[in-house]
Amino acid sequence: MSVKQRFDVVGKPRRRVDGRAKVTGQTRFADDIVLLRMLHCKLLRSPHPHALIRSIDVARAQAHPGVRLVITGKDFPITFGILPVTQDEYPLAPEHVRYVGDPIAAVIAKDEQTAFEALDLIEVKYQPLATIGTPEEALATDEPRIHGYSERGNIHRLQAFEFGDVEQALAESDHVFEDVFFFEGNTHLPIEQHAAVAALDPDGKLTLWSSTQVPHYVHRALARTLQMPAAHIRVIACPNGGGFGGKTDICNHEIVVAKAALTLGRPVKICLTREEVFYMHRGRHPVLMKLRTGATKDGKLTGMHLQTLVDGGGYGSYGVASTFYTGALQTVTYELPRYKFDACRVFTNKPPCGPKRGHGTPQPRFGQEVQLDKIAERLGLDPAEFRLNIVAKPHSLTANWLKIGTIGLAECIRQVVERSDWKKKFRELPDGRGVGIACSSYLCGAGLPIYWNKMPQSGVQLLLDRSGQVTVFCGATEVGQGSDDVLVAVVAEVLGVDPFDVRCVTGDTGITPVDLGSYSSRVTVMMGNAAIQAAERLRELLADAAAEQLGVSPERLAFARARVFLAEDPSKGVSFREAVEVAEAKFGTLGAVGSYTPPKAPGKYKGAGVGPSPAYSYTACVVEVEVDKSTGWITVPKIWIAHDIGRSINPVLVRGQVEGSVYMGLGEALMEEQVFRRLPPKLSNAFVHKIPSMLEYKSLTSLDMPEVVTMLVEDPDPNCPFGAKEAGQGPLLPVMPALANAIYDAIGVRIDELPITPDKVLKALELKAKGLTPRVGPDRFPNVPYPEPMLVPPPWEGGDGNAIKEPGKSPLKKRTEAVAS
Amino acid sequence: MNAVVKQDAPTRRNVHMRWLVNGEEVDVSFAPYKTLLEVLREDLGLTGTKHGCELGECGACAVLVDGEPLLACLALAVECEGRAIETVEGLARGPELHPLQSAFADLGAAQCGYCTPGILMTAKALLEHEPNPSRERIKDAISGNLCRCTGYQQIFEAIEEAAERMKDSVR
Repeated sequence: MSVKQRFDVVGKPRRRVDGRAKVTGQTRFADDIVLLRMLHCKLLRSPHPHALIRSIDVARAQAHPGVRLVITGKDFPITFGILPVTQDEYPLAPEHVRYVGDPIAAVIAKDEQTAFEALDLIEVKYQPLATIGTPEEALATDEPRIHGYSERGNIHRLQAFEFGDVEQALAESDHVFEDVFFFEGNTHLPIEQHAAVAALDPDGKLTLWSSTQVPHYVHRALARTLQMPAAHIRVIACPNGGGFGGKTDICNHEIVVAKAALTLGRPVKICLTREEVFYMHRGRHPVLMKLRTGATKDGKLTGMHLQTLVDGGGYGSYGVASTFYTGALQTVTYELPRYKFDACRVFTNKPPCGPKRGHGTPQPRFGQEVQLDKIAERLGLDPAEFRLNIVAKPHSLTANWLKIGTIGLAECIRQVVERSDWKKKFRELPDGRGVGIACSSYLCGAGLPIYWNKMPQSGVQLLLDRSGQVTVFCGATEVGQGSDDVLVAVVAEVLGVDPFDVRCVTGDTGITPVDLGSYSSRVTVMMGNAAIQAAERLRELLADAAAEQLGVSPERLAFARARVFLAEDPSKGVSFREAVEVAEAKFGTLGAVGSYTPPKAPGKYKGAGVGPSPAYSYTACVVEVEVDKSTGWITVPKIWIAHDIGRSINPVLVRGQVEGSVYMGLGEALMEEQVFRRLPPKLSNAFVHKIPSMLEYKSLTSLDMPEVVTMLVEDPDPNCPFGAKEAGQGPLLPVMPALANAIYDAIGVRIDELPITPDKVLKALELKAKGLTPRVGPDRFPNVPYPEPMLVPPPWEGGDGNAIKEPGKSPLKKRTEAVAS
Repeated sequence: MNAVVKQDAPTRRNVHMRWLVNGEEVDVSFAPYKTLLEVLREDLGLTGTKHGCELGECGACAVLVDGEPLLACLALAVECEGRAIETVEGLARGPELHPLQSAFADLGAAQCGYCTPGILMTAKALLEHEPNPSRERIKDAISGNLCRCTGYQQIFEAIEEAAERMKDSVR
């Protein structure tokens, strides 16, 4: 960590380093790449949600004028998948299709139009299989199996953990609350459609440019599926035109164009249509959840039992991790002495779900925060005061063994309460108007990499030359969030130069050190720490040489405004360029590397790898609503949000991340849903996407967006670069429950499922008018065959982070002793 | 003529016309089924104009035709003969950014930057008609341009800031 106290770059609002490129249209996105002799690729996708492929005849397509190549599943014998435990996808499905849109063949032609026409000439004979459309159907249907490797039937994964005796805790509680919630799936909808270009380099090696958030993982998947040495493959992540998690998976088309370029010796490009982006998906999992929570009469939580049923779609994707995340972070916001978590992910014949902003955590966060609202009401407590009273303790361990650092949540709650005039509004506004509050927390980077290894998660390389030029290299990927700006700002701050004077090269596996990618809100913390280490190593060399030149000791030197000078007498010093010259003369060519590995997590039980993070960000949000009781229409005039950022590197960008999260969260709360319907039998009975277009997939426009008041709370975290936490995901989480809670304040009805649409509001008002429970939401939670839980005592019950009982195993003697001691 | 061209239908043979693009006359040759968006990006190399749906839903491809915003994905290129077309590449004056561009860059109105060219062109048309638009008018003007990153606040502010800067430069 840098000891610098006064900052020249960090914390100052600045034009981002790539701002000019973006406003001049010069940012080169993947589909903007045009290479000489480039060909174009289109994919043939399954029209059936579930079928076996009997035969594929490509002869007519192959003979179509302008077609250069047709490839099918037989060209790709090896599977891939983002997680090592679910390598379950083929670049082109050879025999079994699992959702409408599953790719089965590719045409490469002289132009896009020709390739598109030739798709129609491919003759495929299918044998349709029964469609598994919902989690309930998946639980009830063992055959046909969507995947042979599932735990049983169409249950992909079952997980169960218990941290302390929750049943006992609930039995001893003054009140026990039981609620069932549903969060509908939704998709990322980046404005940029996925695109990729593959080409052979002059030396015969392969380069792939792609709109990916994870070039390192794509690099590994290409080496695996193409059976080539990774050193002969270069993956360049183009700046993404929005990602939100939608470009964190390995995509079929990336492997297909790479194979085509290798086969033809010519560049091959693909750009998905908007409809195809809806099929690519990997978005928010639909989650049904049941929460049983105990509370004392004075408003302390005693224990929680959370059960989730996760609708995975047709493939594994990030699903095993997503499923863990539906339970992993329930403990880091509020004090929770005991916790039990059961989860189940099923396969269904729909586009695969994966990580979307908040990855697995927004769904249970919605349930938890709405339930807290109900608890506060029953206990007669103000929901803001209630939350303030139970905020988790900084620098503590949670029941499931997560290590929390700084927590700015209490201050966040105070600020949104103050700015929104909460005390004058809550339960005080006229009928039809209301306010709601909710809080959240999120990771600042997943503690473990996706594949097991002991290497750093982020690497940075720095070069200096005698002209004073600073160049920084890092595998991190710019998806719009401003990672290039963070990288440059950190280096500029440490070396005391202007950010504009630092060149930055990122997201290129051919020339940048490995960074795992833009996901899990990891980049600022991991890349930032690696960059500080590299820059401090170089600063040491510069200080050493400059001190010799000036005849002083190196520790008395300061670096700022492109000068190296005596801290107590700034007039005595040299320019940065001169410092580089004397250092290059003294030490030779100047370069340094830095790397970052997160701290080891205290949890040792199997499954403890999901949830740990170097730090957690916290957010509090107040939403104000107006509900038209005759139409059910919901208007949101204003939102107040306070985010615990640790420290802002560039406040302009932090605010943008927070407000973008509010926007996306509000869309999920009010309208966004990735839903499906069965075609009538006369049309094939297929299970299809209801709305694969931007017009019909509703999202907020500029007219729908409320005024947002953003507050940044700064409580620097020692694990973070200059104390900076994440901002890209956490602030989305409280928006949905705050909206639901505001609707209750406005009209006295509970909508326990998302999105909250006017028809649901009207239905609830109708129930209220009839004197029935004014609630719309799932009625029941199905019988899910959860296994016996793994028992892990929480830290305050003598645990050491190990399980004392694992399902299917006899109690572990040694560990039991450890707990007893 | 080679064999491949012979087999193409007549409708695929290129048409030739002269356009006024960003103030410069250009001779352009393209397949007649192409949209304005495709010709700008593929035949004229003006990749600053983006696409998000090709169905007129997202606004990423907005350009100015005779000064008015038009979704280039819905316009047939053959209809553009003799029209004045402005794209994001024509906004700056040499190295000097248009006030909208500098305000967008300074105030965080461009995050991923993908919807940015379409919004810049739409906002340019707005400010040319109304140099001092209200927040409500700005919201209305760009309501056909989807942005998934910013939540629009910083875009509204940048357009207001640009309007101020343009007034200052007129004075």
